[in-house]
Amino acid sequence: MADFKIDDSVDITDVVCPVTFVKAKVALEELDDGQILAIKLNDGEPVQNVPRSIKEEGHKILRLVDNEDETFTLIVQKVEE
Amino acid sequence: MESDKTMAVDYKTLKNGGFMRQKQKNNFSLRIAVVGGNLTTENLVKIAEVAEKYGDGHVHLTSRQGVEIPFIKLEDIDAVKEELAKGDCRPGVCGPRVRTVTACQGNQICPSGNIDTYDIAKKIDERYFGRELPHKFKFGVTGCRNNCLKAEENDVGIKGALAVDWKESECINCGLCEKVCREDAITIKDGKVVVDYKKCNSCGRCAKSCPTDAWDTTEAYELSFGGTFGNHIAKGVNPIGLITSEEQLFRVTDAAIEYFKENGNAGERFKFTIDRVGREDFYKKLKEAYDG
Repeated sequence: MADFKIDDSVDITDVVCPVTFVKAKVALEELDDGQILAIKLNDGEPVQNVPRSIKEEGHKILRLVDNEDETFTLIVQKVEE
Repeated sequence: MESDKTMAVDYKTLKNGGFMRQKQKNNFSLRIAVVGGNLTTENLVKIAEVAEKYGDGHVHLTSRQGVEIPFIKLEDIDAVKEELAKGDCRPGVCGPRVRTVTACQGNQICPSGNIDTYDIAKKIDERYFGRELPHKFKFGVTGCRNNCLKAEENDVGIKGALAVDWKESECINCGLCEKVCREDAITIKDGKVVVDYKKCNSCGRCAKSCPTDAWDTTEAYELSFGGTFGNHIAKGVNPIGLITSEEQLFRVTDAAIEYFKENGNAGERFKFTIDRVGREDFYKKLKEAYDG
C-alpha cells in the first residue's frame, strides 16, 4: 500500500451486497478526479463482485492487498466521467 | 359435405398454430411467438388490445418466456390473427417441432454475460423455429455460467463462455484474477499469472474483473444435449469442447437436429433417442460437425 498515496478509505466489511457497492460508490463520489480510495472488503462475494462493479463504473483499480485476516484492501483511483 | 368439412374444427391444426384448447368449450389460449424473452412496446400494446377486445382482459406469461392470451373464441381466430399481425405479433407453435427459443438478457444488458444471447436466439429461431421433428424440441441460450436461463433443461442448451489468455504486457499484478477465480485455476508466481486450463471453466470472471483488460478473450459457446424437464427429468450433457465461432455453433446444432430427425421415433424426446441409439454414435456425429 506504500506505493500509493491514499486520500481516503472506506470499510465495507460491515455491510452486505448490494450495499457493499453502494457504500464504495458513495465514498468514491466524494473524491476528486485522480484521488485514491482504499476500500476494505470481505473475502467471498464482496471481493469477487465489488471490484468488477467499480471497474464497470469507469474507475481505475490499482491493487488488491490481502490483509491476511479474511479481508482485502482494494486501492482505487477515481476517474471522473 | 364441403361445408361440413370446413365447419369441422381441426383442433390439431389450431394447436400447431399456437391456439391451445381450453377446458372451456370453444375457448382457446393463443400462444404468441416470442424470441429470447423480448417483446417491443408495439407488441405489448397490441397484445393488450387483443386481450381486452377478444380475451377476458388478462394474459398468461408462460414458463418459456412466452405470452398466451386466454379465452379467445373459436369464431374470432382469424380476426385475432389479423389484428395481432398489425402489432408485428405472430402466433407461436405447439406439437412436435422446434419451439420457442428462450434466452437470458446476455452481454448487451447483463454485466455477467459472455455472449449476445438475443442475437443467437434470433438466429436459431430464424433457422429452426417450427421445424417438424419427432417430438417437441427446445433451445435455450444463457449468457454465462450463472445459468439464469437453465441451459441444461433444454434439448439443446447454449451457454456463453469466454476463452482467456493472459497478456503480460498489460498486467499490473493487482492480484484480482487469482482472487475472483472460483475454480482455483489461477496462481500468481513472481509476477506471472499462470492459468491451469485443466481447472479453468471459461467463466470469464478473471477477464471481467481485470482493471487493465490484460486478457485476450474469445467469446465461446458451451453446448448441452438431451435435457428434458417434464414427465422425465434429465440434465443435458456436454460431450464436446468449447465452440468458438457462430459457424461452428450452427454446424453442431444442425448435426443435432439432423440426428434427431433421422433417428427419433415419433413421440420420443431427444434424450431418449440418444439413449436408445447410443451416445457414442451421437457424439461421433457431433464431433464431426465440431471439427468441420
